Amino acid sequence: MMAATTNTALHIKPTQLNTLIAVEIVGMNKWYGDFHVLRDIDIKVKGGERIVICGPSGSGKSTMIRCINRLEEHQTGRVVVDGVELTNDLKKIDEVRRDVGMVFQHFNLFPHLTVLENCTLAPIWVRKTPKREAEEIAQHYLKRVKIPEQAGKFPGQLSGGQQQRVAIARALCMNPKIMLFDEPTSALDPEMVKEVLDTMVGLAEDGMTMLVVTHEMGFARQVANRVVFMDSGQIIEANTPEEFFNHPQHERTKLFLSQILH
Amino acid sequence: MTMSEGDLAVAKIHFVRSATIEAKPPPVSMRGAVGWLRENLLSTKFNIILTLLIALLFAWIVPDLVRFLLIDAVWTGADRDACREIVQNRAIGACWPFAFERWPYFVYGSYPIPERWRVDVFFSMLAIGVVWLLWLGAPRRGLVSVYFFVVLPISSFILLTGWKAIGLQPVDTVLWGGILVTIVVAWVGIVVSLPLGILLALGRRSHMPAVRLFSVIFIEFVRGVPLVTVLFMASVMLPLFVPEHLSPDKLLRALIGIALFASAYMAEVVRAGLQAIPKGQFEGAMAVGLGYSQMMRLIVLPQALKITIPNIVNTYIGLFKDTTLVFIVGIFDFLHTVEVSRIDPKWATPVTSTTGYAVAAMFYLVFCYAMSRYARATEARLAKSERR
Repeated sequence: MMAATTNTALHIKPTQLNTLIAVEIVGMNKWYGDFHVLRDIDIKVKGGERIVICGPSGSGKSTMIRCINRLEEHQTGRVVVDGVELTNDLKKIDEVRRDVGMVFQHFNLFPHLTVLENCTLAPIWVRKTPKREAEEIAQHYLKRVKIPEQAGKFPGQLSGGQQQRVAIARALCMNPKIMLFDEPTSALDPEMVKEVLDTMVGLAEDGMTMLVVTHEMGFARQVANRVVFMDSGQIIEANTPEEFFNHPQHERTKLFLSQILH
Repeated sequence: MTMSEGDLAVAKIHFVRSATIEAKPPPVSMRGAVGWLRENLLSTKFNIILTLLIALLFAWIVPDLVRFLLIDAVWTGADRDACREIVQNRAIGACWPFAFERWPYFVYGSYPIPERWRVDVFFSMLAIGVVWLLWLGAPRRGLVSVYFFVVLPISSFILLTGWKAIGLQPVDTVLWGGILVTIVVAWVGIVVSLPLGILLALGRRSHMPAVRLFSVIFIEFVRGVPLVTVLFMASVMLPLFVPEHLSPDKLLRALIGIALFASAYMAEVVRAGLQAIPKGQFEGAMAVGLGYSQMMRLIVLPQALKITIPNIVNTYIGLFKDTTLVFIVGIFDFLHTVEVSRIDPKWATPVTSTTGYAVAAMFYLVFCYAMSRYARATEARLAKSERR
């Protein structure tokens, strides 16, 4: 259930997916050395769906979404993103990364480039968009995340919230089909969290397919189609937000919720 | 003891400031020359002792130096008699006429006199490049690297070695010498070592075992061997393996040796810079879809090289001084021309060697200090624009 339409929508037409299933993970396992980080992960994400993934730290939630754009390599099982299966094939990896945007906990903006250059870099070099056009697109998205006036500044001159919104704009400039958010508000000062969440809500209202690792339960209730709870590398429980928060089934979920919802 | 209003304000639980405290200038003891002296030279007992010791050291060295280089120095003369105490009947300092007369040899070595204008043109081209590089507001600064890495090497190679087709007499490198050779060797080392060092540094961090192994072996081998050995190998061993007619020029062999040697050091300097780049930068670049070479070229190297500039220049300064070692394979670099000249019987006096070495010291000091200042200035400039 979506909250009553707010004026936060970004008016972005997400690029059409080629397939109905945006992300399909089947029997995925991953190890760091001997440590089994991800165990038999199965999840299907339909186009336009918004998944919130939560769980205690070290539960493997970040690792899981990082497998979707191959920042982490999985060892067994299948990861299929918009019909493209991720293997060691570099071409496939590039193809997936072009269409999957990612927002990080620590923004990972490029400090030596201006905000505008951060946004135009990938379109120019990866999509071969002419510079002028890329700048127009970047200005458009910077306006949408409400910081067009910062285009000429360097990331270090912005507040954390502004930096994270630039990071979102940077990802959007590639016209992604899917957006991954890896704890986008965890490194922010409390006062900055709302502006970033508002931007993400707007994105959701435009129908973007989103996988969000976050502990912002308010955001999960408002935006998510499904909440996935992970612990020690496994998916423990997945349900609609109402069911998940009001009637958690698994003991571990109940414990987790009792710890975070005061 | 009565309490002032301020004390009362601190003592009270409830306090509201009624008037803003205006900013006042600092006390006199902190201002002007006196303030500077107190702060920097006389701040603590230990500092006072150090100041005195250093003042004594200066008092001990500087007068003698000035007396030798300027007051007692001989400025004119035709041969050794001008600089001999017995002939002149006075204390004799530096023998400058020797340096003046030998200066062309110090600069050009045995480069044929009618062709020496070519060396001058080369020096001017290099000077233009350096000014272009240092002058931050210069037009078309983006082309500096093209000029330095492409235009200058090719044109100066043609200019210095000669090309019959355009009327430039070939000049055998055996005749090259002096500052010309020092500059050529140092400059080739500088121009080659940076790109090669970057490649080696990237290779050492590569995920491909073969590339990594090659880089590690190359870097560790070259770094584990003295430059003298590399030069000997390049000039003595190489001809044993290569047929006579293919055997490269002696200077070229030394150049290759020095360039490879400097590259190995540069690789380690660059690697340190690469390691300082946070993992998030790599991930950010990969996540927006950049490939490996784009990621390195656009994101990682610009940041890594920026923080490495002081170390790069430090390596260059070392390289500049290391060029003096080419004398052991019979190449007449600047220091070697001084060495040869100082034993010339025409100028044989007790002060000739000292004079020659003083000239050499000043030459190296000027160049190395200039490089060091450049590094400091760049560092300061980048620190100002560092907005991480």
